[in-house]
Amino acid sequence: MSAVIESHDHEHHHGPAEGLTRWLFTTNHKDIGTLYLWFSFAMFLIGGAMAMVIRAELFQPGMQIVEPEFYNQMLTLHGLIMVFGAVMPAFVGLANWLIPMMVGAPDMALPRMNNLSFWILPFAFFILLSSLFMEGGAPNFGWTFYAPLSTTYAPPSVTFFIFSVHIMGASSIMGSINVVVTIMNMRAPGMTLMKMPLFVWSWLITAYLLIAVMPVLAGAVTMMLMDIHFGTSFFNAAGGGDPVLFQHIFWFFGHPEVYIMILPAFGITSHIIETFSRKQLFGHTSMVWAMTSIAILSFVVWAHHMFTVGLPLAAELFFMWATMLIAVPTGVKVFNWVTTMFRGSITYETPMLFAIAFVVLFTIGGFSGLMLAITPADFQYHDTYFVVAHFHYVLVPGAIFSIMAAVYYWIPKWTGNMYDERLGRLHFWLSFIGVNVTFFPQHWIGLAGMPRRVPDYALQFADWNMVSSVGAFLFGASQILFLFIVIKTVMGGKKATPEVWEGSRGLEWTVDSPAPYHTFTTPPKVT
Amino acid sequence: MDSRLTSPIPHVYHSTEGYLMNEGGKRTIKLLCFAVVGMFTFSFALVPLYDVFCEITGLNGKVELSATTNQNLETEEGRDLAIQFVSHNNEQMPWIFRPSEDSIKIQTGKFHTATFYVKNTTDRTMTAQAIPSVAPSNAAIHLKKLECFCFEQQELAPGEEALLPVKLIFDDELPESIKSVVLSYTIFDITDYNDVKLTEHDNEHDHHDGHDMESTL
Repeated sequence: MSAVIESHDHEHHHGPAEGLTRWLFTTNHKDIGTLYLWFSFAMFLIGGAMAMVIRAELFQPGMQIVEPEFYNQMLTLHGLIMVFGAVMPAFVGLANWLIPMMVGAPDMALPRMNNLSFWILPFAFFILLSSLFMEGGAPNFGWTFYAPLSTTYAPPSVTFFIFSVHIMGASSIMGSINVVVTIMNMRAPGMTLMKMPLFVWSWLITAYLLIAVMPVLAGAVTMMLMDIHFGTSFFNAAGGGDPVLFQHIFWFFGHPEVYIMILPAFGITSHIIETFSRKQLFGHTSMVWAMTSIAILSFVVWAHHMFTVGLPLAAELFFMWATMLIAVPTGVKVFNWVTTMFRGSITYETPMLFAIAFVVLFTIGGFSGLMLAITPADFQYHDTYFVVAHFHYVLVPGAIFSIMAAVYYWIPKWTGNMYDERLGRLHFWLSFIGVNVTFFPQHWIGLAGMPRRVPDYALQFADWNMVSSVGAFLFGASQILFLFIVIKTVMGGKKATPEVWEGSRGLEWTVDSPAPYHTFTTPPKVT
Repeated sequence: MDSRLTSPIPHVYHSTEGYLMNEGGKRTIKLLCFAVVGMFTFSFALVPLYDVFCEITGLNGKVELSATTNQNLETEEGRDLAIQFVSHNNEQMPWIFRPSEDSIKIQTGKFHTATFYVKNTTDRTMTAQAIPSVAPSNAAIHLKKLECFCFEQQELAPGEEALLPVKLIFDDELPESIKSVVLSYTIFDITDYNDVKLTEHDNEHDHHDGHDMESTL
């Protein structure tokens, strides 16, 4: 793709307002993107600290550090914060920063709603975290909040949890509407849908998924609220309801949600591999179709999370085959990434290291997913550490690595400064080793039968749990280095050129580094 | 002066057209808002859909909670079928609840009556509701009941006991592969669904919680 910018209209440019109100009242997509990214970083560290508590408790068998009740609260909040506080807002932040620049638009379509959708988030997480200090403690029923654990047996703070989920949902829905309207209606002339960069494509599909399933999540927590406070019996068997219904509704939201957390990562990885292989991406169109099919399939596989609830044989077979089918478009994507690298002039800067690790480790997570999809095998794996290993492989070296890759890749464009390459690579290797030492042994202890969500375990799991904890502490500590690198880059460093990387493609590399406060006030022409 | 200059959003003025979106923008927003409302409604529609789906297909072992109106279920030629009865007490339900017989041999296409023994072991009047389930689940649509204690609530005075009947039939359509069926009932304490007693129970519940905490400490 090549782009010609007609003229930079510098006369009317005025910079951001000064002081705190700049951030409070801003409608600028770059400011809001920055807010989202910092917020998600803060949540990543808080959720990570909770993971450290979990791994510290599991360092040795027996109860060591925390009470089981508190362990359950840590487990629940870790999941909720990482999913809704770290990964999703990070992707929304990247979308805010990049989509308008990538499609040649001056800003997001609905700038004031953009401001609102960010600023309700801190309140949502303030409410959620404050439940830690309430009587009865924070939610303790796991991030999947299965009824009746989250209704009949829930701590009183569950009502605050429900309110907080409603706010997060509203924020996501507003953000998604903004993304879709921007992409559908504000592309620069000549930017046809098929010419759109893959990150934009991945977010268009993600936004549609969010619009389809976040209201279902809102419905699920509303039903919980009614069961708890208004005497209805959606999930209460005594009143004619059905707890299994909760799982169906939850996973109807939950499985597309899983892809919401990985599709933007596909987009990011495609850009980075393309740039550092110094080749055009192999199979742009097939990438688009692969993402679309993954998104559509995500709506018909939800019950593979529930193979052991007593589904009839026909349903188990259907959900098994449908789930396995997802491996086909995913395989297409992995094939395209590998083929793009094939005979490319590859250099291994930090973003590329993270992107390659993403491809390899995400594929490992994908394969353990295939194993879990086999219904009879799942009866063995269900609710063991094998599942924990699987979803952490697709979420940590999957989603999180792609976000880190994106930060290293685009931070010169955001700040105008190059990050410290030596420290970046150090951060990568520490994270890479940490992640594998943490999660790979969990496959084995899971296959050996260690159940998930337990604060204590049988003696035969002791060794690998200790290894896993050591890896987790390494991974956790190396994120402090990440924070240091980001701050160092914001403060200063080698000045970045507009194109930043040799062979970078896309409209965002045609504007100055750092990107001016307003870009593409005159639409560029895309040929 | 152009009114757009006073806009709080700087780029509205800066953009060439004066507007951020093209004509289709508002339509897209409307459609997406409809989609959001539609999906929220759909999540609630899933509740009856789920029940209807389970009822039609008999999946999930769900049994109809009303008496059958079909009078022509009895047939001459039936086949042997073993039925096992299982009873569960939902957590914190103190009643004694068990089938009179653990298993019976019946014929398909013939009505049979079985009974369950129940006793309120507490010193207060309580109300209970039994919820049935059938395994294997594909037997559920072939089970019809003329009467069942699960169709209504049971209220027992302190120490009161009762024999609860269920009159059932398995139709001849029952798949050949099914030689025995488990019919399970779970009994729930629904006394507190009475609003007046709700507050009373809450106090008691708090007391219990405090007690539990002590024991864990």
